Parts: sequence; structure tokens; C-alpha cells
Amino acid sequence: MRKVLMGNHALSWGATLSRVQVIAAYPITPQTQVVELLSEICADGTLDAKFIKVESEHSAMAACIGASATGARAFTATSAQGLALMHEMLHWAVGGRLPVVMGNINRAMAPPWTIWTEQNDSLSQRDTGWMQVYCQNNQEVLDSVIQAYKVSENQKVLLPTMIVLDAFVLSHTMEVVEIPEQEKVDEYLPPYNPPYKLDPKEPHAFGGLTGPDGYFELRYMIQEAMEEAKNVWKETGKEFGELFGREYGLIETYRVDDADFLIISSATIASTARVAVDVLRDKGVKAGLLRVRVFRPFPSEEVRDVVKGVKKAVVIDRNISFGASGIFYQEVKAALYNEEHKPPVFGIITGLGGRDVRVEDIVEMSEDVLKREKPESDIIWKGVRV
Amino acid sequence: MSQREPDKKVVFSSVKEMPPMAVSLWSMRYNKTGSWRNLRPIINYEKCVYCQICWKFCPEPAISLEPVEIDGKVKPKPVIDYDYCKGCGICWTECPTNAIETVEEEK
Repeated sequence: MRKVLMGNHALSWGATLSRVQVIAAYPITPQTQVVELLSEICADGTLDAKFIKVESEHSAMAACIGASATGARAFTATSAQGLALMHEMLHWAVGGRLPVVMGNINRAMAPPWTIWTEQNDSLSQRDTGWMQVYCQNNQEVLDSVIQAYKVSENQKVLLPTMIVLDAFVLSHTMEVVEIPEQEKVDEYLPPYNPPYKLDPKEPHAFGGLTGPDGYFELRYMIQEAMEEAKNVWKETGKEFGELFGREYGLIETYRVDDADFLIISSATIASTARVAVDVLRDKGVKAGLLRVRVFRPFPSEEVRDVVKGVKKAVVIDRNISFGASGIFYQEVKAALYNEEHKPPVFGIITGLGGRDVRVEDIVEMSEDVLKREKPESDIIWKGVRV
Repeated sequence: MSQREPDKKVVFSSVKEMPPMAVSLWSMRYNKTGSWRNLRPIINYEKCVYCQICWKFCPEPAISLEPVEIDGKVKPKPVIDYDYCKGCGICWTECPTNAIETVEEEK
């Protein structure tokens, strides 16, 4: 079945097809429609799930954590300040090894109050241990929710996942989305069966005081699970392709085989950059694109393999680590550092607070970078009025 | 996973045998948190009116009720489990007849 869906409703459909059992969320622009539709689907009985109305995002995540600890499949969605308010609970989901999945609509952080897209909200949660998937279209949003449960609930992983999409550019933009058949989704995603759960018949205390003789190992295991998750994302992405005809990896590349100039980006800037690559190719530049889809765990090996073959690379970031540089830029550079042969990597910051980034902007940025020999600073600002 | 041995601390030699999250494996039997206590509550049963308020308020819960026969009636007698009572003071604060006295713990 095909439907015209906004990104927010693609999230709702993804959760519904995943047969989530508990939904707890607090409304925030631009996420509101995600849970509006889910509450309708729960109310009319289409989805047999408990919809918990809560008084804050902190409570929403707490409810999802409690639900997940009992072995239920839990879902929530938020944005910006809401995600920031969840911050403490995000750590609880990771430390509890609970496979909660949430949608986060990238919205720039206040102040000043704003609702437009920027990645700083989700990237501020980079080190919590949540896996993060940056989507480029509404189809990928829906598919990624289903895949996320498959990966998160894998016994070797047991980590929560954040499905990230750009405010308005995806959240409120209508696109044609193929809705997978429920039976096929059920085949792909079996019911969740955790190794330990809250069960009065077999009582355990969870997350109790742990001293230096145990905490270190628990942290080691999270990192090991993250490393394992890279394979699981790849395997389940391939399996998804076999069942549904749309394959997903940790990264996506476009025209990189003979490329000597590489654009690296994420989310919808990456999908815009795909058109820019064609324009540059028409102008005689051997351009290619690397889109980072899964940001945590970071696909260092995959990124290295693509980047080390080109003569010059540019990372376009719609985010900033104040006092440093673009965040994807840092990660890409870090992945390359120990390579003997590596190209100069330029870092562009653009589109903050949802300022539009068009094809011609990316072409212009690329032509500017092509003129430069090596990066003179960690940030090349584009589109800001200085 | 390690063999569950009640009354013994569960020690893992490697992450291979550890559960992935901090989950108790009956170790509370070993971990007697009553040792944290500074003040020991002692119930004076002369003053106790068997209202059960201390039992209701005990957050641990370290107070249990045991049926006792008094003047031909069965009443719930509160009994403190000193292995787990942390001496938080809620019971003696809430007791309506001031039947719970405190004694400082000594090493």
C-alpha cells in the first residue's frame, strides 16, 4: 500500500507496524503529529497499545523505561528542549540495556525560541549510548523505526535507538511512502523477549548501587554492544532489503567509485547534496557523496574506506560544537587520523536554525573548497551574514 | 551466568558471565543495608496501639506485621528487621503515640 505521508506520520506508522505496546509522549512542535496519530490509532483499537499521557518528556522516557523493563516494546517521540529534558532518563535506558525506540525531530535549541531544524539537540545526546539514525526521507523514517527495534532488541545489542529527522523538511513534508504489509513486518520483527525483566514471579532489583568493582565492566559491555551493533545494523539492513526491496547500511554512497572530490553529510542536506553531485559532475568535477546514516555507533571503517580514496573531502554540518567545529567533521577527521594516506578534509557549517540549504548553495560551497589547497581553519561558514 | 548462591556476594571474574545490566542476583541477602544505620529504632510495645502507620510508611520496607493475640483479639504487631532498617527516622516521626524510641548505634 502506498500513502502520502508527512515524516511525523511515517514515524507513527513505523511504530504501529512494529506493534509497539506502550507509547508515552509529551507534545512539542514539530513532533506533535507523531503522537496525535498514535493516540488515534490506540483509541480506535487499531493498535493494541497502552497510551500513557504524561506531564513532561522526563516522565515520558521514564514511562518507556519502566515499560521496556517489563519486556514491553516502548515508543516515544520528541524534539529539542523535550529531548534535553529527557537527558537524565536517556542514560537510564542505556544503562538498563532497554531497547526503547524514539523519534527525534531535529529542532534547534532555545534560546531564542525557535522551531526550525538543526542537529544540536540530538548531537548533544551523542555520548549517552543511544544509537542514532539520521534519515533522508520519509520512507527511510518509517523503515528505520522497524529496523531499529530489530537491532535494539538483538540480544547482543540491547541498546535504545533514536530515529532522527529534520524539522519541517521531513516532519511536515508530504512524500509518497510505501507501507509494508503487517505480516511481512511480523516476519521481520518477532516479539521482544528480554533476558531479564521486571516480573513479580522472579524478582530482581535493577540499576542498584554498583561500586567500582562492577561499574567499569558494565560500561565496557555497552561499548562492546555498540561495536557489535555495527554488524547488526548492516545484517538487518540487508535482510530488510531482501524482504521489502529497500536495503539500508550504516552509510550510503553516491557516485563515489571514480570520485576525487567527496561531499560528506547527513539527513536531508545529504539528499540535497546528491543533486549537487550531479550538477558538479556536469561541470566536470568528479564529485561523490557519502551520507552518514547511522551516527552512533559511528561507522569509522566504512567512512575511512570511502574517504581515503579521494583527493579532497568536505563535511557539511548543520550543527556546531561551540569552541570546536562541526560535529560530523570532527568524527570524520578522527576516523582518518591514523591513516597514512588521507586527503585534506574541509568543514563547512551552514543551515543553522533551519536556514535553507539549496542545491546551488552546496555547489557553491564545493567550488569554493575546490579552489582551496588545504583547510586554514576548522570551520568554513556558509550563508551566515558576518 | 554465575550460580546463584544465597547469602553470598555474587562476584564475577569476567564480563562474559555478567548480565548486561546492573541486575541483582539475590545479592540483597548478602548486602545487609542495616549496617548503614546510625540510629536504631526500638518499638515500645507498652505504647504501641497497633495502628500499622510505621509499617505503611517504612520505605525499605523493613517493618513486617506479625499477628499477636491481645485481650482475645488478633492484632498486627510491627516488627523491625534490623538487617535492612537504615534508621531513616520515618517510623518514629510518624508514630502517633511516640512508641518508637531511638538508640545510637555503636561499633
